[in-house]
Amino acid sequence: MKFISKSLVSFVLLVASVALAGGPVWARNMAGSSMPMHGKSMFGDATPKTPSKAYNIEIKDFAFTPKTITVPVGAKITWVNKDEEPHTVVSTTDVFRSRPLDTDEQFSFIFAKPGTYEYFCSVHPRMVATVVVGGSAKKHPVKMGTMN
Amino acid sequence: MAREKLITENLNSDGVDRRGFLKCMAWAGTGAYCVLSGGVLKSYALGDSMLGGMRKMKGELAFVQISDSHIGFDKAANPDVTATLRQAIAKINALPTPPAFVLHTGDLSQISKPAQFDTLDQTLEDLRTEKIFYVPGEHDVLDDGGGKMYLDRYGKGTMGTGWYSFDKAGAHFIGLVNVVNFKAGGLGRLGHEQIEWLEKDVQHLKSSTPIVVFAHIPLWSVYPDWGWATGDSEQALGYLKRFGSVTVLNGHIHQTMKKVEGNVTFHTAMSTAFPMASPGQGPGPGPIKVPADKLRSVLGVTDVNFIRGRHTLGITDSPLDSSM
Repeated sequence: MKFISKSLVSFVLLVASVALAGGPVWARNMAGSSMPMHGKSMFGDATPKTPSKAYNIEIKDFAFTPKTITVPVGAKITWVNKDEEPHTVVSTTDVFRSRPLDTDEQFSFIFAKPGTYEYFCSVHPRMVATVVVGGSAKKHPVKMGTMN
Repeated sequence: MAREKLITENLNSDGVDRRGFLKCMAWAGTGAYCVLSGGVLKSYALGDSMLGGMRKMKGELAFVQISDSHIGFDKAANPDVTATLRQAIAKINALPTPPAFVLHTGDLSQISKPAQFDTLDQTLEDLRTEKIFYVPGEHDVLDDGGGKMYLDRYGKGTMGTGWYSFDKAGAHFIGLVNVVNFKAGGLGRLGHEQIEWLEKDVQHLKSSTPIVVFAHIPLWSVYPDWGWATGDSEQALGYLKRFGSVTVLNGHIHQTMKKVEGNVTFHTAMSTAFPMASPGQGPGPGPIKVPADKLRSVLGVTDVNFIRGRHTLGITDSPLDSSM
């Protein structure tokens, strides 16, 4: 193993503005396509015509709240990170996967198929939670593909 | 005394003199020089007597550990983590014995952004040492490639997700990665491939070779409920049991803790960025805000002296606001 030399990178980017500006929110459907949305849409125009199908999960104090949520098929769930730590929302069966969410950033996903979806934070893997779609207790059997 | 909050408990029955342990840890906030020898811990306060102690412990090798710089973090717990990293660097540059090299035990960045790594690199340019060795923290592998960016920047010539070993002054140093491929509900993880590599890496070494292992997440169970443990570390440590002197240096928990188990000494370093709560105090392992004038007493650097023949490492944790 060779010694790793100190990097000679000698320029600085605007760290704070690049790293901590609110990033885009990615709303994805089950087919894997993604659509950037502005962060402020969550409580406003997210799904104005079918508000009963929009649900929010708060990430705070290293926990998803509610830890288990039951929603109808077609529901859109939005997670928002209220911690000062970055978190992710990652399905244990690769059905959905968020980018790292910094403080106040959010991630949305539309659940088009019934099933039980377990997910966790891949930064803090003790954070686990469950989405039940369609009231079914059966675990979602099909791997839907990775979404990046 | 606020610093005593950093000392929580002696989690295992480990043979360490508890009064000595507490005395040393109580000084950690104001600077203490700790020497572990056969499970007996000695500590020296900073100041003249401390410097005398340092001279006494001067050996073939002195190096420094820094950890958890979290470049890019800008919340109330520390709005300027680059400034506190610079202070840590100034402290290292002022050490009476210049370190042969510096270990950074991960969480270089807050969220794996290129600009954050750039700032870290540029800031560390001022560090007067020959080499810096890195291992990643979980904050450094959040790029889309799951750690590819870290590997491209800091892991050239390493194995797998960034593990490696090297020899220096008769001691064998092993940098391990326990922050990738986390499983839901799990802890820090080394994985089979890395553990197999470790077995082969040390099998040719004499049992008298001092071993220094460094990795981000503690390789001992500090507080599993907060992820402050590595699920498969036992097998890895099993391959090190035959060695007479093993020192394990970790970060991740943003506070100093020490434990001795047989011939293995575990030690965690302070962060250069922000403190975290003591295990189980509060809702989770997030940053805690301390009064601005107290911040630098809970951040710091660790320097380590290796003395050939005694097979002990003198470990000093030094907060940024001390006058060492």
